[in-house]
Amino acid sequence: MSTFYFIAFLSIFFSILVISAKNPVHSILYLILTFFTFTIHYILMNAQFLAIVNFIVYMGAILVLFLYTLMLINLNKESEPRKSNLVKFAGVIGGGCFLVTIVASLKALGVSHPVVLQDPNLGLVKNLGKILFNEYLLPFEVSSILLLSAMVGAVLLATKDPKIA
Amino acid sequence: METISQNIQAIPLNHYILLCAIVFSIGVIGVLIRRNAIVIFMSIELMLNSVNLLLTAFSVYRGDATGQVFVFFIMALAAAEVAVGLAIIVMIYRNTNSIDTNVLNRLKW
Repeated sequence: MSTFYFIAFLSIFFSILVISAKNPVHSILYLILTFFTFTIHYILMNAQFLAIVNFIVYMGAILVLFLYTLMLINLNKESEPRKSNLVKFAGVIGGGCFLVTIVASLKALGVSHPVVLQDPNLGLVKNLGKILFNEYLLPFEVSSILLLSAMVGAVLLATKDPKIA
Repeated sequence: METISQNIQAIPLNHYILLCAIVFSIGVIGVLIRRNAIVIFMSIELMLNSVNLLLTAFSVYRGDATGQVFVFFIMALAAAEVAVGLAIIVMIYRNTNSIDTNVLNRLKW
């Protein structure tokens, strides 16, 4: 039980560091740590498939993509653009109002039941694969088209236009 | 397996909602206060991940695996979104030599 609260504290701490770090590379490294704490959350809920996928896709693929783009853009010479303090204050107030709204509606909800895992093999690969390939076969195939179009679009956007260059 | 399921036994659902709401609002604040386009993108990833965690918590709470399948689709969507978005950021950098979002104000008025 206390493991959850410790990991939750770490998630919030690292996610605050992500948005407050001045250097974008440090920001990405803190984001990796945040995603690692999320993986631990998935393991605590016994969602083993999602834990592995989160580990491989987010920490392995997406954040390497971020780091690689940052390396291509080469930001180390110029300093990070800063917003004025007034805009920052307004942004924090706006986000805080959002949080207060959600927490207040949560308080109005009343008492909550504990999260209990009834079926121990709920999040295992076997169970999820059966559901994915039976009930959600069409969305699965559509997502493959989405990934293909995203790949083609990314290549098309990132290459230089031969007429201009 | 037994120790893991005992581990989450005593945590109320409200605490999961609270954690995810806090991380989501941190992502919102990050989008609002930063001007670096890549950091804004990372804040969006933070928001997507908090929603993923909440979907998984509800899936475990209800004993319904549909939520976890939905998280799988969100992850595929996030991968596609990051690929296209970073390509756009690279293109913006090539045209303006900066990834400061305040440079992109041609549609402002």
